[in-house]
Amino acid sequence: MVEAKALVKRFGDFEAVRGIDVQVRKGEAFGFLGPNGAGKSSTMRMIASTSPRSDGDLRVLGMDPDVDGPRIRARLGSVPQQDTLDTELTVRQNLQIYGRYFGMSRADVRRKATELMEFAQLSERADGLVDALSGGMKRRLTIARSLVNDPDLLLLDEPTTGLDPQARHMLWDRLFRLKAGGVTLIITSHYMDEVEQLCDRLVVMDDGRIVAEGSPSELIARYSTREVLELRFAPGEQGGIAERVAEFGGRVEELPDRVLVYTGDGERALEQVHGRDVRPASSLVRRSTLEDVFLRLTGRTLVD
Amino acid sequence: MAGRDTAGRDTAGRDTAGRDMTGGNMAGATARVETGSRSAGWVLGSWRAAWLRVEAHWTWYRRYWQSSLYSSGLQPVLFLAAMGLGFGSQVEAGPATGGLAYLHYVAPALLVAGAVQNAIGELSYPVLSGFKWQQDYYAVTATPVTAGQLLGGQIIWIALRVGIACVVYAIIALLFGAWLNAGALLVIPVGVLAAVACGVPIMAVAATTYNEGERFAAIFRFLVMPMILFSGTFFPIEQIPGAVRWLAWISPVWHGTELARGVTLGGLGIGPALGHLAFLGALFGVSAVLARRYFYRRLVV
Repeated sequence: MVEAKALVKRFGDFEAVRGIDVQVRKGEAFGFLGPNGAGKSSTMRMIASTSPRSDGDLRVLGMDPDVDGPRIRARLGSVPQQDTLDTELTVRQNLQIYGRYFGMSRADVRRKATELMEFAQLSERADGLVDALSGGMKRRLTIARSLVNDPDLLLLDEPTTGLDPQARHMLWDRLFRLKAGGVTLIITSHYMDEVEQLCDRLVVMDDGRIVAEGSPSELIARYSTREVLELRFAPGEQGGIAERVAEFGGRVEELPDRVLVYTGDGERALEQVHGRDVRPASSLVRRSTLEDVFLRLTGRTLVD
Repeated sequence: MAGRDTAGRDTAGRDTAGRDMTGGNMAGATARVETGSRSAGWVLGSWRAAWLRVEAHWTWYRRYWQSSLYSSGLQPVLFLAAMGLGFGSQVEAGPATGGLAYLHYVAPALLVAGAVQNAIGELSYPVLSGFKWQQDYYAVTATPVTAGQLLGGQIIWIALRVGIACVVYAIIALLFGAWLNAGALLVIPVGVLAAVACGVPIMAVAATTYNEGERFAAIFRFLVMPMILFSGTFFPIEQIPGAVRWLAWISPVWHGTELARGVTLGGLGIGPALGHLAFLGALFGVSAVLARRYFYRRLVV
């Protein structure tokens, strides 16, 4: 569906994407994970064929965006970071007007709008102005709008940023259904749980480059341990702890508010820590996540 | 890439499927499945795409026409009542008005002035909003519709909308007895031409504006307002001191006003008429080329 080779995006002197290779296969959910400014959105906009590449090669749906931009966009769905809805029109009007841009007949967009409002649980607000919708509802409408042309490839740029947990889970559910229906998904996020939940495969981006690639479980197996022991200390008592507990894990990370001990067996490590007379204010044993992978690869957390 | 040929055939198949679908033929759906693309989207011709933008504006207008009709249609009528009937009752017909009553003198010029203000108003902040606040232009250009088609649709729409307002004004002016002959019908296209010639440059400005649009306030105060006041709308520009009269000559409002008076009151030679048309046409053409460039620069980055 997407094939990028040495893809580069420059804005003046600034290089936002610094030569990445990506391949997205039909039917999979593919993720770009990385902090703000990693180059995810620039990459997405190049794939969406709304932003010309500066260098390298890119094929989307087998076509070159520089040559066949409109033909590619006809088969894409795109959820940008901002909702970009027409707030002075109704929910239904937003969907119908958008569908028309894809060459659909009036009858088709009417039917499709009704179907999508049901999908996004917005039927009750069908003829209400978008302006009056909550943030979560607007986001759902933006996603519904991106589906109006039955896209072969759906691009979601930080689909759940700014949503409350309930709204996020509802969106995830909708995305799972789309994937089950055969839609290829590309998702960017700086929420590792989101990517972990939704994506079959992902790349971790940092500073315009890809620093790792694989399935969530592969990446965790390759770059982290099975479990993580988190130790939190009262303010001012964390100093020097990292060195004292270093021998209990394969690796220790010190964050401003906690110490992370990477180990195959978190409970055992915690016992050893207690045996060394280290008394954290609280402790937590958990599975490794992509956040740990990112921390390992870049030395930074995803959301600062 | 291996998929390229397949994709090419996909596209051909999808076009056929799309047309079948509009005819309500279920075979269309089957054809799509066979070609491996489930998408219902395809690319439209440029005029069709621009027209879809006009439809979108129309959908908005149907909901909000009352409020917009005040500024675009009624305000010039109030000016006509105040200046043409009220103030005009104190003005004696003389050489400056071509021997005509002031109402007849000022009515075509007020149509042009109103049309120009209407277009400038609609193509300043609302266009900036498409880029900056609402950002719906980015949503449109994520579809097969291009930035150029988006711009074209905006120009066609504003011409239609200003046209509607001009018709409303012309009818009310008729009731006031402001028109002397059927030449008044031509004042409407003149008003629309002056409106797009003044409006499209503002659209180009909007496309290059990244702040909150303070420059529009400056343009309204220091460019538009003086242009309306000193372009022969209310008095002949011969009254303007010679040293600054050239400012009126480069004002598109003056060229529109001269044309408007020419078609309804007569007294305008074919040469000057073509000159005025050429000035407005050139202003429109040059600013449309610039606006197109800036639209692409802003939307395709």
